[in-house]
Amino acid sequence: MPRNPQLNANGKLQHLLSIEGLPRDVLLQILDTAESFVGVTEREVKKVPLLRGKSVFNLFFESSTRTRTTFEIAAKRLSADVINLNIATSSQSKGESLLDTVANLSAMQADLFIVRHASSGAPFLIARHVKPHEHVINAGDGRHAHPTQGLLDLFTIRHYKREFGALTVAVVGDVLHSRVARSLIHGLTTLGVPEVRVIGPQTLLPAGVEALGVRVFHDLREGLRDADVVVMLRLQNERMNGALLPSAQEYFMKYGLTAEKLAHAKADVIVMHPGPMNRGVEIDSSVADGPRSVILPQVTFGIAVRMAVMSIVAGN
Amino acid sequence: MNALPEAETLLAPLVAELRARVTPASAMIGLYTGGAWLAERLHAMLGIELPLGLMDIAFYRDDYAKQGLKHDPKRTRIPFEVEGRDLLLVDDVLYTGRTVRAAMNELFDYGRPRSITLVVLIDRGGRQLPICAQHCGARLELPERKRLRLKRDADGALRLELEDAA
Repeated sequence: MPRNPQLNANGKLQHLLSIEGLPRDVLLQILDTAESFVGVTEREVKKVPLLRGKSVFNLFFESSTRTRTTFEIAAKRLSADVINLNIATSSQSKGESLLDTVANLSAMQADLFIVRHASSGAPFLIARHVKPHEHVINAGDGRHAHPTQGLLDLFTIRHYKREFGALTVAVVGDVLHSRVARSLIHGLTTLGVPEVRVIGPQTLLPAGVEALGVRVFHDLREGLRDADVVVMLRLQNERMNGALLPSAQEYFMKYGLTAEKLAHAKADVIVMHPGPMNRGVEIDSSVADGPRSVILPQVTFGIAVRMAVMSIVAGN
Repeated sequence: MNALPEAETLLAPLVAELRARVTPASAMIGLYTGGAWLAERLHAMLGIELPLGLMDIAFYRDDYAKQGLKHDPKRTRIPFEVEGRDLLLVDDVLYTGRTVRAAMNELFDYGRPRSITLVVLIDRGGRQLPICAQHCGARLELPERKRLRLKRDADGALRLELEDAA
């Protein structure tokens, strides 16, 4: 059996490429470590010396200001040096291959590569070719995975709900194109969430999504019934132009989260969104800014979770 | 090999010694895991008013590059202002001094204490850094291959245990 590409010979996390295939104890180790880093991020001096002298390269082949920024903050709080490369506008456009780019950065003594790429699998390719002391963290690849977002979602759920064992979690919207949804669903099932639901129009749910261990709903109110956690997904504008959806207004009518629809969930439900939000498309402002929303705490927790992932892989 | 001292019988003399040092402005911090258990007991016996601080030095260890991150670091919680404070830093066993070095570095990221006094249950010698305890329950000489740890029984009683080092 081929070794899990994320784990080293001792079964420890060498790269973080996807939540799929990560053992439960590794997921819990990341969440527990992140909990300790939350303490650091609440101090006056929000820095620890773990990654002093290490170089973290943010390789964003696809731009994403928020994700890049939170990785940058996390690396700096670990005392690493951070180099941001916006490759969309650099040597790749001059025709350099992915592996040549990485080899060059490796020659500049990189320790960690944070990779965002429009092609699914790009971080796996890089991980196969880096030196033993170098580590790769997937910051989102194509439609495939966005493991640190999935982990911060799991962290947020555990923070508010304490245990995973009795929860109903509803993931709403464009599951088909969402690497966030995929990562989160794998994490939820690995951690023993008994009921994971996906809610959306047929055209935005992947064929055979039930195989991931989820229940499928096409009616939002029905799917939200007694949910403990609601995760709204971003509806990308370009989907509207294709044949997948009629119009933003119609989507909002059926699948936009409003206070009235949310009332079908449990009274203490939490509402999450990976951002950036389309207000009035997948979520109403009264919900996004309302008392059940934990969308901004998600962003804060994301820094602690990324600190945990970086300090675990860099030490292994 | 000498028998290990009873941890419980070391507490009262240590408290008697510390009483002279504790003022209403004193605060105590215990280091996970054994030092935290010991600090809980000392904190209660001394009647220290400020709540107990608990610290995990995992993010400040000097062997991270070799050993990686400890598997389950606890969250450090210091529920008082460190700046200007007289601190009692409590650990179960003082050995190489590296844990205390890391703890002091972490503490200074919370503020500049007026003083830090080190309190340990056992000083087992073997220092690798210029660190010493101002208050210590007992001194022991132990071979390098042995690891001395504080354990807590279900009823809360503390006891010392000698293990073979990994």
